[in-house]
Amino acid sequence: MEVGQMQRAWVEYTRSLFREGFLDAQFQQLQLLQDESNPDFVAEVVSLFFEDSERLLADLTFVLEQQNIDFKKVDAHVHQFKGSSSSIGAQRVKNDCIAFRNFCEEQNIEGCLRCLQQVKQDYYLVKSKLEALIRLEQQIVAAGGSIPMEELSS
Amino acid sequence: MFYDHVGVMHGHRKQILKGNKAENWPLFAHRPHQSPSAQDMLDAMEITGDSRSQFHVLAVDDSLIDRKLIERLLKTSSYQVTTVDSGSKALKFLGFQEDEQSNPDTPFGSPNNHQEVEVNLIITDYCMPGMTGYDLLKKVKESSSLRNIPVVIMSSENVPSRITRCLEEGAEEFFLKPVRLSDLNRLKPHMMKTKIKNQKQEEDQEDLKISEIQSDEQQQQPVQPPSPQPQPESQPQPPPPPPALLLQHNNNKRKAMEEGLSPDRTRPRYNGIPTMV
Repeated sequence: MEVGQMQRAWVEYTRSLFREGFLDAQFQQLQLLQDESNPDFVAEVVSLFFEDSERLLADLTFVLEQQNIDFKKVDAHVHQFKGSSSSIGAQRVKNDCIAFRNFCEEQNIEGCLRCLQQVKQDYYLVKSKLEALIRLEQQIVAAGGSIPMEELSS
Repeated sequence: MFYDHVGVMHGHRKQILKGNKAENWPLFAHRPHQSPSAQDMLDAMEITGDSRSQFHVLAVDDSLIDRKLIERLLKTSSYQVTTVDSGSKALKFLGFQEDEQSNPDTPFGSPNNHQEVEVNLIITDYCMPGMTGYDLLKKVKESSSLRNIPVVIMSSENVPSRITRCLEEGAEEFFLKPVRLSDLNRLKPHMMKTKIKNQKQEEDQEDLKISEIQSDEQQQQPVQPPSPQPQPESQPQPPPPPPALLLQHNNNKRKAMEEGLSPDRTRPRYNGIPTMV
């Protein structure tokens, strides 16, 4: 693919992620903070999000498998997950976390387990989308192009 | 040097140096026993011509993602940034000592009890394990050497009672997370205000010296001078009546000054009483 084609693909793909609710305006904030002095900012923050999320999902899975579920712990983990997902603009994950906390408050085990499945699914989905987006960005830069940020707003 | 000090901060030295800003830090970054005058600060600002790069913000958040984000936001806005992951590390960075209040005999200006790096604003997360952002705010506002530093609280939850509590305790702003670039426009006025206030304190220092001397005299002469008015309150009193603490600290100019001259920092507290925003 030539650079212009890749750039058009990037614009189309990014727009679809916003349109389908995987990402919200906060992700655009991250993109705004990336510049020549920090060309990998988005990729860095996104990979921190992946590490954080996978640790939290493992912890949540463990806590919810126990005989006596410590709902305070569940809530603390979900609170963290909600914070990190909203900081990077992973909108679906964030919304799952809001529902998750409500079930946690009610100490509804069934509801919590359902939410855990939902948040896992949405997390891995947005992870693959973000990975694809960043791969595309790296290809554009490797081919000597720049990320056409300004095209997103038009 | 402040490098040694920062080196204690478990790797935050690296973060500071990574920004390649070390050489651009304020001219008064190393301040052994004396704070710079407001005039020094203004001079420094004029020399560089970029006032914002002279502002140093201490950002406190237990989440690494959020530290990255706030660091980037602040640097994009041309501030110098130091990030730490807990309230206790923030206090350590500020040179805060627990016994500052409880032990009035501690001579002010001892190296341990001093902020070696100028911090113009603290921005802290509210919800952190151990010391919360609210606890940090209280410690800063209760400390005579730190209370003039503006504090901004960030929280992902929009809880009106929490916001009220923080503002009553002396926070300048409450930001909902995630913090956006546009929120940061609200920081600068607070830093400017503090600089102006510091300058005013320098100017008032001379007046205060006089009042300290007079209060000494008052203490030595417990008998009121004869007066035609029966009520001493109605008498014109040239120096402001010094609080009890001030009398113990007559050898301690800066501390006395901050105890006596910051009435606007002491906001009314309504602890325990539910209030609405």
